[in-house]
Parts: sequence; C-alpha cells; structure tokens
Amino acid sequence: MRDPLGRPPALLMVPAAGAVLLLVVPLVAMVAATDLPGLPAQLRSEPLREALWLSVLTSTVAVLFCLVLGLPLAWVLARLEFRGRTLLRALVTVPLVLPPVVAGVALRTAFGRTGVIGEPLLELTGFAFPFTTWGVVLAHVFVSLPFVVISIEGAFRSADPDYDAAAATLGASRWTSFRRVTVPLALPGIAAGMILGWARSLGEFGATITFNGNYPGVTQTMPNLIYVTRQSDQDAALALSLVMLVVSVAVLLALRDRWLGTPGART
Amino acid sequence: MTGGLEVDLAVSGRVTAAFTAEPGSVLAIIGPNGAGKSSLVRALAGLVPAEGHARLDHVDLLQQSARDREVGLVFQGQLLFPHLSALDNVAFGPRARGIPRAEAERSAQEWLGRLGIGELAGRRPRQLSGGQAQRVAIARALATEPRLLLLDEPFTGLDVKVAMALRIELGRHLAAYDGITLLITHHAIDALTIADHVLVLDGGEVAQIGTPHEVSQRPRTDHVARLVGLNVVRDEHTLTAFPPEVVAVSLTEPTGSPRLRWRGPVADVSPHGDAVRVMVQASPDLIADVTPAAAAELGLIPGREVWLSVKETAVRRYATDPDPPGTVAS
Repeated sequence: MRDPLGRPPALLMVPAAGAVLLLVVPLVAMVAATDLPGLPAQLRSEPLREALWLSVLTSTVAVLFCLVLGLPLAWVLARLEFRGRTLLRALVTVPLVLPPVVAGVALRTAFGRTGVIGEPLLELTGFAFPFTTWGVVLAHVFVSLPFVVISIEGAFRSADPDYDAAAATLGASRWTSFRRVTVPLALPGIAAGMILGWARSLGEFGATITFNGNYPGVTQTMPNLIYVTRQSDQDAALALSLVMLVVSVAVLLALRDRWLGTPGART
Repeated sequence: MTGGLEVDLAVSGRVTAAFTAEPGSVLAIIGPNGAGKSSLVRALAGLVPAEGHARLDHVDLLQQSARDREVGLVFQGQLLFPHLSALDNVAFGPRARGIPRAEAERSAQEWLGRLGIGELAGRRPRQLSGGQAQRVAIARALATEPRLLLLDEPFTGLDVKVAMALRIELGRHLAAYDGITLLITHHAIDALTIADHVLVLDGGEVAQIGTPHEVSQRPRTDHVARLVGLNVVRDEHTLTAFPPEVVAVSLTEPTGSPRLRWRGPVADVSPHGDAVRVMVQASPDLIADVTPAAAAELGLIPGREVWLSVKETAVRRYATDPDPPGTVAS
C-alpha cells in the first residue's frame, strides 16, 4: 500500500532495519546453533533441572515478597501527600539503574556475615543470608522490587482517586477502600508489575553471584549455570539458554495478551 | 429550629456560604461555573477541608471524618465502581458500615427496585445507559440512609428526554425522602420543579436565597435572571425585571416615549423555541426574543447596532435588598 504522505526516508528506514537485525540475529543464531536432536538429553540433565527449579522457586518467592512489601509502598507513593515523597521515589528507583554487581556488593555490606544487619542477625539467630537460597531470594527482591513498586504505583495513579472519595462518602475506611476499590481497579497493573518483577528475578545474575556465589542446588540459578557451563561445554550452554529464551518469550506473550494491549482495546 | 441543617462555612479561596434547611426539604443550589457549588458540596461531604460549622441535627459535620458523616453524595459523572455490579455498588455502603453481606444485598436489590432498575442488578456500570447509571448512583447514595443527600449535577451529560424523565422521578423520590436534599444544578428547571428553596451562588458567595417563585420572579443577579430567562436592570435601589419577549428591537431610535431603552451591538443570535433570541451588549447585557421574520428583516447579525425598548407596563420593579441573603424563610 502506498503511503499518501510519500516514501519513508531511507535515513530512518536503514537504521531501523539495523536495529531489528541487531536484536534478532543473535537470538536466531543461538536457536540455529543449538543441537536440537540432543536437546532432550540436555534437558534431562540433573544440573539443569536443579537450576531451573531453583530459578523458578526463588523468583516466585521473591515476587511474592515484592508484592507484600511493594504494594503498600506503591500505595504510599501514589496516595499520600508528604514532604520528601519525590526523594523517596528516587531512592526506591536507584536499584533500577544500579549495576547488579554493585547491588551484590551493597547487599554484602548490609547482610553479609559482618554486615550492618547481617552481623547482629547472625549473633541473634545463627542465620546468615550469603550463600543460601534465602540469600538468592533477597538479591532477587532487591533488584525486582523497584520494578514492582513503580508499575503498581502507576496503576494506582491511573485509578481515579475520586473512587476513593466515593468509597469514603459511603462509609468505607481507607483500608476498606484499598481492599475493595483501589486494588481491584489496579489489578491489571499489579499483575503486570508482578510478571515484570518475576522476569527480572529470573534473569538476575550479577547481584546473585556476587552475594551468594554459585553452589549447585543452593544458589546456582539458571543464569549462573549458563555462565559456568559456557566455560566448558558450549552445546550445553546453548541448550540452557534456549530454555531461558522460551521462558522469556512466554512471559512476554502473557504480558502482551492480557495486560499490555493498546489502550482502549482492553475488554 | 429543631434538627435540620444549619450551615455557616468557608472553603478557603472557593466559597463562603450560610444557610439553613429543614428536614424533608429540597434546596437547589444554582450558579455559574466556578461559583463554588462543587466546593460547597465537597466540604459538606468531607472531601475538602472547610472552616466554620455545618450542623446536621445539631451535630457538626465538619468535626467528623467523611466516612462518619451520614451524608450521601451522588457525584457528577456518577463514579460507580466499574469492577462491581450495580447490586454490589449499591450494597457497598451498607457493607462498609458493617451490615452482613446477605442483608446488604437484599436492601440493595430493594433500592434498585424502587428506582425501577431491579432487573439490572447484575450488570456492570459500563453495560448501563447514562440514565440507568445515574439511577444506580442515586440508589447507592440512598442505600446508606443518609440524613443529608447531596446531588451534584445529577442530570448533566444525560440525553434531554432521559434527563426529563429522571427529573420527574427524582422529584417523586425526594418528596418521600425525610432527609434533607441539596441539589446542585445549572438548570433553572431543576430548581423550579424539584426544589422547595433555591440558593444562588455567585463568585463564591450567596447571592440570593428564596422559594423558586421568589427567585424566578425577582432575580437579584444577572446570572439568575438568565437562568430563569429574564432580563434584570439594576438601578440604585430597585431592580427591574422583564421577559425577553416584551423587548422591542429596532434599528433607529424608538419613537414615542419609552423610558426604558438601550443601545448596543448584537453579541449573539440563536434559535429559541419558535423565536430568535438576540443578545445585545448594552449596559447591562439584555436578551430579546423576536420572530425569525423580524430577525431577517432587521438583519440581526453579531456586531449590528440596535435599539432595545420596553413598555413601562411590561416590567416588574422591586427593591434590591429587602432581606439580607443568608436565611431561608419558611
């Protein structure tokens, strides 16, 4: 079909095509290089199953913590007027732009065996986060929470606060309005935030390996496994990566179909 | 006064108002956009802070939080909860006040029935027409059994026919309602058909309070005069009111001796029923209704200089300020 406004300029079309190639070629190359007939055997390998299970488990637990902690924080940021709110939001979003390996170092300083919180915690309970599955969850929560908070805050903001006012005139307490009005109205955004947080957790590598090392069955998640496998067995690393690619695409599809439709197309 | 509503409040920078209303009465609040109507209602509902007092049956509403006030508010644009069915919307108030679910739903069904939409209980707000949604909104406000019902522009955005039907029906419900109703509107017809008293807000202050008859016969501000379709001319101590159909329009200075005559350019021409309504920028602005034939013959287009005149026998004169506004005579 001819565009009545004239031919699209090559100055835009060529870089755009370049961008597409840059994004697509590596993934296609990876799929093409994977030894597909050997894949079932790779998938049955014990380290992969252990790491995949650990990744799914820790990401799911992490995103539940993100919900329990992030939903209230998002509400505070969206609904309460107070001094320093902008500053608070900036602080909350820092981990979003922080290099994950730095996040790992920061977590060490706070929750390590000699950390500000880690040391008294160890003395009191005999428990320390680093090199445990809980440590993995902690690292995941740290990097994913900002995603969850920011998406849910956006969802709360787009739910008209006048609905809260209507609920109040009908005799609802703030808690009742939150439970019966604010959250249901923001539900699609909350779900999208949780999926984003889950995907972020699943891919988390830098903070996890810095804070927890790489112990199979305990702290070795999929990205960690791919990283170490890559050094010895190229084929296995490809198979593992393909699994992660499939999981990521599945997440993207789940997001697109249910929650990221074009505005107004929602039913 | 025993019980009832006694208000003397100020919302900073928005509105200052003092008035009373008796149990069972309907007070219409009219005024132009920005007159402070919505601020007044939101202050009474507890959604914006206000100073002063607003005693409802001797209890000061302003000392209570929004949720503790026995006040029902029907918002402009309804604000029905989109994720709840009509029934759940109406049951929301009773449930929030601790009434068990089954009982709240039974009473909600009753309210929907009373407003003639019992069969729509299971629908979501987006599956309702404007008129149906407004009925649900009214049922939702009444289901909490408020002693003060605030209706903020309940007919805005509705189809003209739907609005008229709802107006008649609402009038019937309000007549049976023993609480006090404040009806915010910018349609004179609401004030004149439903209300017992009319309060005119202008520029954040009360301009006039009276019965619909008093206000429509003796408007004290240009705005009220326009709302009820009259011209008002202010002298030092008297107001002169006359309807637009008695105003004669001519291109030359009127002969004879009408004392009441003005000159100015035509500002606007619009159809009004079978006639043509001409707004003229005299001092003050005046409206005149002429026949379409006359409008064509005189070439009444905006900008044309015209003379307006009125016979002395066609006007009504009254004092500017017999009573200070602020009290409702009952």
